[in-house]
Amino acid sequence: MRRKLVIAILILFCFLLQSTFFQSLSFNGISPNLLIVLTAACGFMRGEKEGLVIGFFCGLICDIFYGDVIGFYALVNMYIGYLNGKFSGVFYPEDIKLPMGLIIVSDLSYGLICYVFLFLLRGKLHFPYYFIHIILPEMVYTTVITLFLYPLILWINTRLEKVEKRGA
Amino acid sequence: MSPIIKPKGESFSLPGKYLLFILTVLCTVMMLMTFSTDIFNRPLNTLMAYVVVPFQRGISSVGGWLSTRSEELAQIRVLLDENEALRQQVNELILENTRLQQDRYELNTLRELYKLDGQYAEYEKVGARIIARDSGNWYHTFTIDKGIEDGLEVDMNVIAGSGSEGGLVGRVVSVGPNWAKVVSIISDNSNVSGQMLATGDKLIVSGDLEMMQNGQIRFSQLLDSAGAVVSGDKIVTSDISDKYLPGILIGYIGDINLDSNKLTKSGSVTPAVDFEHLDEVLVILTLKQTVEE
Repeated sequence: MRRKLVIAILILFCFLLQSTFFQSLSFNGISPNLLIVLTAACGFMRGEKEGLVIGFFCGLICDIFYGDVIGFYALVNMYIGYLNGKFSGVFYPEDIKLPMGLIIVSDLSYGLICYVFLFLLRGKLHFPYYFIHIILPEMVYTTVITLFLYPLILWINTRLEKVEKRGA
Repeated sequence: MSPIIKPKGESFSLPGKYLLFILTVLCTVMMLMTFSTDIFNRPLNTLMAYVVVPFQRGISSVGGWLSTRSEELAQIRVLLDENEALRQQVNELILENTRLQQDRYELNTLRELYKLDGQYAEYEKVGARIIARDSGNWYHTFTIDKGIEDGLEVDMNVIAGSGSEGGLVGRVVSVGPNWAKVVSIISDNSNVSGQMLATGDKLIVSGDLEMMQNGQIRFSQLLDSAGAVVSGDKIVTSDISDKYLPGILIGYIGDINLDSNKLTKSGSVTPAVDFEHLDEVLVILTLKQTVEE
């Protein structure tokens, strides 16, 4: 219960920051994708199931506010969370390389999926432009933010696991 | 995580892949349903009004304050140099100003005559603040702090600025009790039916992510057989649009190119509204009259 509450607050916190604070601090109209960081991090820390549920809710909140159709971002984030969960077996808290790599790949694939479904299917074929001006900057910005956000998520997770162990 | 080995007393838990499958089906169903109905909109929008929007209001005011401060810091150096040069200009301008003030009185009288000032005055409007922007980087959608409680409805037009400076921002696509979602005309998935103010030729103005980098959007399907449309001409919303009220300024023509079909023209439009620094907008409470079927 405590974990669910904390995660809910974390999702809300990331979404709020992303839609307000980081929009003011965007570089050339590009803002980082905190929800992907959260989804991916929870995926490889806690496993497939938690990853996909958190991804689902992260996506859903975007859908309600900014989506064309309800369910699209939820689906994308859910699969990203699930696939990150596949790596929970090789995740060690001391190692920063794997989480960083996974988060970068997650954001890259998120950008590519968004391009394919939201733009390519509408006949916008100029992929190099979108890659250089949207996907790549978002990836870089997200990576920079991850350096600060990831330790926070890790710390929260470790604290929660400690409390849960004590309770059990 | 094996479902077979589980400690005594723990309730049954669904393996991840089944949950993934169930939620995938759920998402697909929701997507299909949002194409035809909007049954999810009302309950979800109401939920968000109490959970998320109050926080967005608070944070966006803090965030806005911070970004103004950071801009200030970045500009201080430039400003000091500019200040020197500007002081000299001030003296020259004071002289010019006296002369121009006389012109202004004349202009005001002329404006009144042409009713330019009261262009959109006949519509009832309500002011709203932008409290959050699209969390992704693909579309230009934003949230405003007025909703059903303030009389907003889906498809209401949103403009910015006041008087003769006002221009079209977009339209409301979704409303909650105290918030509304606005899709701006520069968003890549938006199309507006417009017409040339001077000649009355109809055209389509579409948002374009690629051209927005230069602060422009795209127009297409301009017939203009007389070839009278030139760069700098005003585009307003057309009479035949079923969502937008007629006669709202959209922007000014930039480049014009003849399409490969040799019949229609397309090119770029500079929007009348400065979308980069948009903070407050006006929502027109009048809906475009549509024919009941």
